[in-house]
Amino acid sequence: MELSFAPEYEAFRATLRAFLEANRERAPRGGMVASTGTRDPASIAWQKLLIEHGYAARTIPKRYGGYGADADILLRVILDEEFARAGVSSGIGGQGPEMLVPTLLEHGSDEQRERWIGPTIRGEVVWCQGYSEPNAGSDLANVQTRATEDGDHFVVNGQKIWTTTAHLADMMFGLIRTEPGESKHGGLSYVLIPMTTPGIEVRPLGTMTGRAEFNEVFFTDVRVPQSNVVGRRGEGWKIANTTLKHERNMLASSGMLEAGFARLVDAMKAESRDGRRAIDDPVLRDRLVKLQARVVASKAHSMRMLTCGLKKQMPGQPGTSEGAAALVTKLWGCELSHQMAALAIDSMGEIGVLYDGSKHERTFGLWQFLYMFSLGLIIGGGTAQIQKNIIAERGLLMPREPKVGGER
Amino acid sequence: MDFGLSDEQKLLEQTLRRLLAEVAPPSRVREIMNGEAAHDPKLWAQLAELGVAGMLVPESQGGGGLALLDAAIAMQSLGHGATPAPFLATSVLAPVALAAGTPAQQRAWLPRIAAGDALLGVAATEVVNKRADAGMREAGGRLHGKALFVLDAGAADAFLVAIDRDRIALVPRDGAGLTVTLLKTIDRTRRVAELVFEDVTPAEWIGGHDGVVGLTDRVLAAGRVALAADILGACERAIELAVAYAKQREQFGRPIATFQAVKHLCAEMVAELEPARSLVWYAAYAFDERPEEASLLALHAKAHLAEIGTTIVRTATEVHGGIGFTDGYDLHLWFKRVGLDRQLLGGPERLREEAAARQW
Repeated sequence: MELSFAPEYEAFRATLRAFLEANRERAPRGGMVASTGTRDPASIAWQKLLIEHGYAARTIPKRYGGYGADADILLRVILDEEFARAGVSSGIGGQGPEMLVPTLLEHGSDEQRERWIGPTIRGEVVWCQGYSEPNAGSDLANVQTRATEDGDHFVVNGQKIWTTTAHLADMMFGLIRTEPGESKHGGLSYVLIPMTTPGIEVRPLGTMTGRAEFNEVFFTDVRVPQSNVVGRRGEGWKIANTTLKHERNMLASSGMLEAGFARLVDAMKAESRDGRRAIDDPVLRDRLVKLQARVVASKAHSMRMLTCGLKKQMPGQPGTSEGAAALVTKLWGCELSHQMAALAIDSMGEIGVLYDGSKHERTFGLWQFLYMFSLGLIIGGGTAQIQKNIIAERGLLMPREPKVGGER
Repeated sequence: MDFGLSDEQKLLEQTLRRLLAEVAPPSRVREIMNGEAAHDPKLWAQLAELGVAGMLVPESQGGGGLALLDAAIAMQSLGHGATPAPFLATSVLAPVALAAGTPAQQRAWLPRIAAGDALLGVAATEVVNKRADAGMREAGGRLHGKALFVLDAGAADAFLVAIDRDRIALVPRDGAGLTVTLLKTIDRTRRVAELVFEDVTPAEWIGGHDGVVGLTDRVLAAGRVALAADILGACERAIELAVAYAKQREQFGRPIATFQAVKHLCAEMVAELEPARSLVWYAAYAFDERPEEASLLALHAKAHLAEIGTTIVRTATEVHGGIGFTDGYDLHLWFKRVGLDRQLLGGPERLREEAAARQW
């Protein structure tokens, strides 16, 4: 156990910190979160500056417009920590740079990489992910949006749902059933679809937060070149799973949890009823310390998972402690965010349910928004119940439930 | 950056667990715990031989010179085995307390602790939360009062008695004016006691002089981390038992492990356990390497493990169904072990109150 960083890493940190201090005025407003789905010139200029210094697209090869450095998880962690600490945007993120680009690097053709990686990391092309459908949620492989062949094109019909940023996106990477005779998992392809293609209709999907964070996307006879398939036809399920692998793991969210906890403490110091600050209320502060233990545990846990990554141990190895440890992070982190927001609201009482810019509202209704939004995160990306199945089956090697009707 | 156990630490864990499985399986645990003192001198000698008894004793005094993280790994293994052994008081709390002692005090006790020849009980409850009819006071160098829930008292040769935040007295078991009464808790694998002091003259005082401040706090922090590790090990065992049972127990014509209702209970247990394991390691590491964070992290570790620990042993019992409720099945050994751990050196509410007061 050794939790300090080697001198060369501390040097990197010092340089980065100085850079952020000197250039923070050039960053787009909106704080530490990476911008998504934006073509805002300030964000694009900031991203360009970050790539030049190796603070964004760091490990993307130079020939695709990246900085071209070797992968180094510790530098990744330092980048996350320092941008969070400075409260400055870490550049352009979202599903294009974070999920599609690594997938193209692993599975894309040369032509696909040349064409899409550069514009995506520069923020010129915005992507959305077309996986979920009305009948393919927890049972994701049940995708029914289908493609029929017509010369060198596919003709796509069907519907996607929960499509974040679809209303802003230039392109979609999606799972489409291209091989109707094949098995449920083997009939899918990973397809890149221009959102301007005739026959695509995007309808915003309002959520309980009152904002439209998602969309429904309808496909009616949408023509897509067959050359837009990533990897081979019928390999879509496998490739989609590698995309999911690239989803940011706990590392980033541990920093977010710590930042969220600090905001919660501030809120509980600021809020008073009957002359007593919320943080001095014995019941509320008991809840606060309970959550703090979990935030600290999550910080320690992400350091543990980081170490597994550094040692190239497969943290997902079935039936081991480390394997189970890697599987619990989503369940744990989303629940904790939800609980923190719940405590902030309870600390404010009636004030906590003010919303939509009401008089007396605090911090633009942030906590109420987070309380609802984090419930969405508990459900999205694999519900808590699906996570528990995975933990039990892969982490504890418990047998699968027998399938109804012998389905495979 | 390396957050994890070293090869030596993994080896320690493997060796200890193998030994305990061999010489102190549940059947033997039951024999030992039914004895008056819940102590097996032969088992303790074996642990001493392995270097476990003196792991926190400096090498110059015949010990292993190891860190609290190593001790936490050992404690976790003892919790996993529900092992009756006076490790907490003798091997964790006493060496931490004696680190503030004089060279003569260290020479008198530490080599004997490491050799497995001296057992020390620890009275600290009175500085954590004092009951109306208990509490210690010192007048003119003599001790009066009552100390409750004295740790590892069954076979202790002497007791370390925390008097206040800076001073700990050492009193031999047979000291004049001292009455030792063993208490019966749900957990029979360890013995706690009531000590009544009627004008007792301590053999030694540790601390209470210049340069030693917060001695008791340091001892409590070590103890809380160790108790958290004990709960961690007990919970690991409870989950192992529950998962294994669910895989072999059949109802409705199939193993109950195939039912999501059962699976989800198991997944919830492990989802709580793994981040908690990270927390315990971190708190143990901080005790030696980040002293400014150590006390707060120890409070968090103990309070958090107490909460998830009681939930896990309860859930493991439910996964078993009726068999888990029987005396003949071993699961209740861990249920009760966690039940006692939860309250020792401060229950979770008490610990969180202190954590809050330290910060806000």
